Amino acid sequence: MADLSINMCGIESPNPFWLASGPPSNCGEQVMRAFDAGWGGAVWKTLGEPIVNVSSRLGSIDYEGNRMSGLNNIELITDRPLKTNFEEIYEVKKRYPKHAVVVSLMVNSREDWREIIQRSEDAGADGLELNFGCPHGMCERGMGSSVGQEPDVLSRITSWAKEFATVPVLIKLTPNVGDILVPGVAAVEGGADGLSLINTIKSIIGVDLEKLVPLPSVRDKSTNGGYCGPAVKPIALHMVGALARDPRINIPISGIGGIGNWRDAAEFIALGATSVQVCTAVMHYGYRIVEDMIDGLSNYLDDMNLSSVSDLVAKAIPHYTDWGNLDLNYKVIADIDAEKCIGCQLCYIACLDGAHQCIHTRQSPCSAFHGTSDHGMNPRIKVQTPVTHSQKSRVPEYVPFVDDAECVGCNLCHLVCPVPGCITMVDSSTGSESGSWNERLSKMEK
Amino acid sequence: MTTPLESRFQDAKPLYSESEARIEANRCLYCYDAPCVKACPVGIDIPGFIQQIASRNIRGAAKTILQVNPLGLSTSRVCPVEELCAGACVYHQHDSRPINIGRLQRYATEQALHWEMSSGKTLFTPEITGDRKVALIGAGPASISCAAYLAMAGVHPVIFEKDDKPGGLVTTGIAPYKLQSLDAVAEIEWLVRLGIEIRTGVTIGSDVTVDQLLTEYDALFVGTGLGKDTFPGIDGETETGVWGATELIRRIKADDHFQLPDDLNRVIIIGGGNTAIDIAHELALLGVPQVDIIYRRTVAEMPGYQHELVAARKSGVRMIEKAKPLSISRTSDGDLALNAEHTTSGEQIQFTADWIVMAIGQAKVAGRLIPQIETDNKGLVIVDPLTRRSSHPKIYAGGDCINGGKEVVNAVADGREAAFAMLKEFEKNGSRNG
Ligand SMILES: Cc1cc2nc3c(=O)[nH]c(=O)nc-3n(C[C@H](O)[C@H](O)[C@H](O)COP(=O)(O)OP(=O)(O)OC[C@H]3O[C@@H](n4cnc5c(N)ncnc54)[C@H](O)[C@@H]3O)c2cc1C
Ligand SMILES: Cc1cc2nc3c(=O)[nH]c(=O)nc-3n(C[C@H](O)[C@H](O)[C@H](O)COP(=O)(O)O)c2cc1C
Ligand code: SF4
Ligand code: SF4
Ligand code: SF4
Repeated sequence: MADLSINMCGIESPNPFWLASGPPSNCGEQVMRAFDAGWGGAVWKTLGEPIVNVSSRLGSIDYEGNRMSGLNNIELITDRPLKTNFEEIYEVKKRYPKHAVVVSLMVNSREDWREIIQRSEDAGADGLELNFGCPHGMCERGMGSSVGQEPDVLSRITSWAKEFATVPVLIKLTPNVGDILVPGVAAVEGGADGLSLINTIKSIIGVDLEKLVPLPSVRDKSTNGGYCGPAVKPIALHMVGALARDPRINIPISGIGGIGNWRDAAEFIALGATSVQVCTAVMHYGYRIVEDMIDGLSNYLDDMNLSSVSDLVAKAIPHYTDWGNLDLNYKVIADIDAEKCIGCQLCYIACLDGAHQCIHTRQSPCSAFHGTSDHGMNPRIKVQTPVTHSQKSRVPEYVPFVDDAECVGCNLCHLVCPVPGCITMVDSSTGSESGSWNERLSKMEK
Repeated sequence: MTTPLESRFQDAKPLYSESEARIEANRCLYCYDAPCVKACPVGIDIPGFIQQIASRNIRGAAKTILQVNPLGLSTSRVCPVEELCAGACVYHQHDSRPINIGRLQRYATEQALHWEMSSGKTLFTPEITGDRKVALIGAGPASISCAAYLAMAGVHPVIFEKDDKPGGLVTTGIAPYKLQSLDAVAEIEWLVRLGIEIRTGVTIGSDVTVDQLLTEYDALFVGTGLGKDTFPGIDGETETGVWGATELIRRIKADDHFQLPDDLNRVIIIGGGNTAIDIAHELALLGVPQVDIIYRRTVAEMPGYQHELVAARKSGVRMIEKAKPLSISRTSDGDLALNAEHTTSGEQIQFTADWIVMAIGQAKVAGRLIPQIETDNKGLVIVDPLTRRSSHPKIYAGGDCINGGKEVVNAVADGREAAFAMLKEFEKNGSRNG
């Protein structure tokens, strides 16, 4: 079995799975139950000056019957006394010395930072995470994402923290910026030991169409919140990957955003994360999800012949490049397996209306078929011999077919087909020569 | 007040809850050019209305259904979906359970009916009634459907029904675990609000003649269905205790005073169609200890639906294959005895029973009632397959009287097509007075 333990800029953890700062890491009793369930670490719910929360404070979108594909919150930092939090941190660390307890912090002045860092270390924190990411409420008070969006301020506060702290300092970045490298580099310049991202994305989750109040509503009003959950994973993956492949970012990354199972986690790790953090999925299903995360990741590492999770870190980074380096001579086309096809015609309509008019049905003549490639520009006027299925064909009538010469290999049909393995994208490149846009440009320049 | 026996039956497929409907709706793949639509005799946009349920536009879903099928609610409950839409669902190819299209359709239409009843609003607004009127014979689904489309277009439909209740076999024939009379009549009362006039207790042919209708009305629609149960013509078939199947079903469904005798222990059903299976299943569910269907060929050859037979057998109905009835007599104890012959071995067998039920077909009546129109050698009215117009230019026909007994949904399709053809004809001829 592969070694799942990690060392993230000096913070040791039995596995890479950490609770992200949020409701699941709100109090000591919860964190201890999470550790019992298998979580390797926890980033404590952000501590700072006492605040008052609103209700309700969560909203979500359902997609085609699936609950909480995306979650939005307008909750602030901890609403419990600092003293209680520190006592509980102390208790957790005493009982779980091998687990990682990182304390998330958000205060204003240099003096406040000094004091709260001191108290966190006294309570036994293994590391600190500065929350420069919260995009609602706290940013109106000059904290959270309003720091994360100002590289100079971010860098300055980071250096204060480094001045006061003896344990590693992670900077939690906001995705609400034009280029994630800017705050990333600023954190490195301030002396950060590691980065955590993403915090939530500024969002309005929906509108109550009867009351015409945005959601989640607080009496008859609402405000923008922070978006997270499965829907944000691609955004987070990109940001983690963008930092991981930049040579200026020479500190480890804790990946966050839409992680719900071992596959998500493995993807973040392959794109450069050392640890991963989870909030929404735990809020949805509870701490128990970590069991399969541990088991699945370990099986996967075994299957990949990787002896430890650190061997997976950034393994996909060499394959992440600029568009200009992609091979323009590579060509795939769609192939439909008639044995597996169930005849839903979803590929047909997707390609006809949403792609390049190159899937045809055997059931009725197809006006977009031309035999020659004019991409269906004028199907009604220039209808050529309609395609109907040949009498001799043993393929069931309901199976559509791809006009190979027309297919541009966009992948859409493959994505819409409900049957696993029914549509595959087959390599049909002619010749082995590779040629990217950048290569063409440099040839032209010569 | 006593209620008919049918009120003792439970719904085999109860109304979906909101969560059941949503989960099932989200399973639908939203196929393009979907096979389920092609298998639906009225061509409901099935993926369309299911998506509307999924987006929680229930009234929109109901409208999608009802605009092509005014009896969308009762058909959702009585259609043999296993043979029609759901039988064609791509999920069969996907090695999974097909979408429960019928139950989703019931969910949408029943919700819409409740919405109309409670809000006082309506899904459809008919045209103002003009001076055209059409007479319709029989208040079965064929006529009701035809009348609904006529009323929507501002033509005044008048339905003549010999029974005291509208609905035809939908009210008096459908197995009670699918649909009961009260619900069938409620749906029709809902449709009547479109501007349909129904005159019950009027028999065309005796109370009013066809000629009278032809002179008074712009067109005539024949939706008389089929007649009484036919009997095989064997000795002893008029004995008491020998029933016609649809007559017995009608008693169960619509006769407030009808009860099964306490000592009814064994009933033999003769036939192999859906009516035979239905009455057998109903009697078994009512607690008759032994119910046997006797069919002259094998189970595989039965015209009745296999899914119905499987359900009936689960309720205890037994099948006796390859037995041909020869005569009915009485045993010395006074029981009925069916004397039959094994069709391959020729062996003579005697089955005793308390009741014997004939489910071998119903008489064709339309031709005799309306000599003006041509019928085929089976007595079915001959119509143009597109317009449902008979050999007489003013007379249209649909439902069981043209197809010999199919489903409610086929009758609905006929009624709709006939209405469209009449409306086209009216438009061609201009206003009646001008
Ligand atoms: C036992 C049984 C079970 C069935 N189960 C199902 C099922 O589960 N699902 C399904 O889809 N289909 C089922 N069917 C079939 C379905 O009921 C019929 O196909 C459908 O009702 C035919 O409609 P219709 O309008 O043509 O005739 P009918 O429903 O038969 O209506 C004809 C009407 O015309 C009236 N009428 C006849 N002559 C005159 C006259 N001279 N004057 C005035 N009125 C007259 C009759 O009283 C009757 O009300 C079943 C049929 C039977 C017999
Ligand atoms: C394949 C693809 C190509 C797109 N190309 C463009 C583009 O050329 N210009 C543009 O402004 N947006 C482009 N978009 C973005 C869309 O216009 C839209 O802003 C985005 O997809 C979000 O909307 P949606 O997810 O609701 O569809 C593209 C989107 C897709 C999926
Ligand atoms: S890959 Fe794109 S272009 Fe090719 S058949 Fe599929 S949808 Fe059409
Ligand atoms: S989407 Fe897949 S299953 Fe559906 S018709 Fe196309 S190939 Fe067949
Ligand atoms: S065939 Fe089945 S899955 Fe496809 S649209 Fe019809 S009900 Fe939905």
